[in-house]
Amino acid sequence: MNTICIMCPMGCPLTVEQEGDEIKVAGNTCKRGDKYGRDEFTAPKRSITTLVNISGGGVASVKTSDSVPKERIFDVIAEIGKLVADENVKIGDRIAENLLGLGVDVLITGRK
Amino acid sequence: MRTLDFDVAVIGGGPAGMAAALAAQKAGAKTVILERDVRLGGILNQCIHQGFGLHYFGEEMTGPEYADKFRKKVEKKDITVMLECMVLSLDKNKTVTALSPEYGLCKINAGAIVLAMGCRERTAGAIALAGSRPAGIYTAGMAQKICNVDGYLVGKDVVILGSGDIGLIMARRMTTEGASVKLVLELMPYSSGLKRNIVQCLDDYGIPIKYSHTITRVEGYPRLTGLYYAPVGEDRKPILEQEEYIACDTLLLSVGLIPENDLLSGLDVEMSRVTQGAVVDEKRMTSFDGVFSCGNVLHVHDLVDNVSEEAEIAGNSAAEYALGKYADTAEYVNVTATDGVRYALPQRISKGEGKVRVFFRVGDVYRNCKLVAECGEEQILSKKFMVLAPGEMGSVELDKSRISGDVVVRLKK
Repeated sequence: MNTICIMCPMGCPLTVEQEGDEIKVAGNTCKRGDKYGRDEFTAPKRSITTLVNISGGGVASVKTSDSVPKERIFDVIAEIGKLVADENVKIGDRIAENLLGLGVDVLITGRK
Repeated sequence: MRTLDFDVAVIGGGPAGMAAALAAQKAGAKTVILERDVRLGGILNQCIHQGFGLHYFGEEMTGPEYADKFRKKVEKKDITVMLECMVLSLDKNKTVTALSPEYGLCKINAGAIVLAMGCRERTAGAIALAGSRPAGIYTAGMAQKICNVDGYLVGKDVVILGSGDIGLIMARRMTTEGASVKLVLELMPYSSGLKRNIVQCLDDYGIPIKYSHTITRVEGYPRLTGLYYAPVGEDRKPILEQEEYIACDTLLLSVGLIPENDLLSGLDVEMSRVTQGAVVDEKRMTSFDGVFSCGNVLHVHDLVDNVSEEAEIAGNSAAEYALGKYADTAEYVNVTATDGVRYALPQRISKGEGKVRVFFRVGDVYRNCKLVAECGEEQILSKKFMVLAPGEMGSVELDKSRISGDVVVRLKK
């Protein structure tokens, strides 16, 4: 796998390969790049931010309480898209728990 | 006409304005924030993605959350906030003329002014985009506001010109909202956005980016139907023989930001041609006594955390000035940038003791380089950097006791 390390502005081009049980990271210039390469290879995760509808009109911005597996991004966004927040919802409110069994909640981050 | 009196008037209620007002109030100044939107927070309210606050608050949060933290602080303090308030002019007596729903056309007399108006996006007109003028062409930030605040998606088949951070963020946003982002074009051979955004906004979604490419013309009326693009030569002019066509109904422009300094046109304020903001000293005072500047109206930042810090300096200094506590330092030296460094800020430093943080931005990507500061023949600072890029502002700390004259900041191989 080829990727770019995002740990600092250097942006080292990484090559991550598996040989037997061993994962090898090449192209990094520091330890942080090695860990980043491993994590991206074995279990890449992303935190999600998107919108939900508010009952009575308008939208509120939301985030997942923690990161989710990268390959589930679109599932998570689709699931969040089904939620409708109460019109009195405030920043910090939890509007869904353990989304899709991934162990993350959905939190309101902003509204007009 | 109503006249209101304050020690410090802060123009703009975004991250810079809120932090400046809090610092001014803390220093004992009777403070007002003049904000044209319906709420405080500025551009942060539409930046619903993560990545704010790591430096300032020690935790990562979204833009609206970062704004909310400051908004709640402002509400708790004795700070007057005038919303939906449009500032019309600023005169030589530091009197602000504004329109507000509560006071109508009013004058605000202030002992000191903090400029915190932020910046505007460059538009299709500003880059002389060739072709028709159809619907479907938006600046990336405008599309972001329509999407994230108002809840509408501006199009389905999208091309993005420019790879600044807002453009990259919108590539991901449009994709996750169901649009197809077909291509990102970047005039320069590198992105001016953060690496993190290249990876997490483009690579994650398989969105292609073509460097050293630009749009040659757009087509369609009344709605955009497609556009032509071409690689550029070393002179950054398009090579028309290699022009290609792509169908799309939406074009987002992420082609730079311009500090919104129109209010200064009536004042004799020295401006920087590079930053397009005012020239300031380390307290962020402009060449006009008692007028301070901070945040994106001073120079475009990449991180809001830096904006908050800079605004606190400006707000605190403005309060000192208005309350007559301003130390009138006798002597200033100029700070200039050369050899790969586009600008260094502040552009003036007072002689004396202590440290002063100097922010700088480079004009190209440099690896394994040294940034040095010199006073004449003497080198007063040297710092190694593994990499410096135009998209990431850097900073160094100068020891004022070593400053003997004008300072030159430059890159050394």
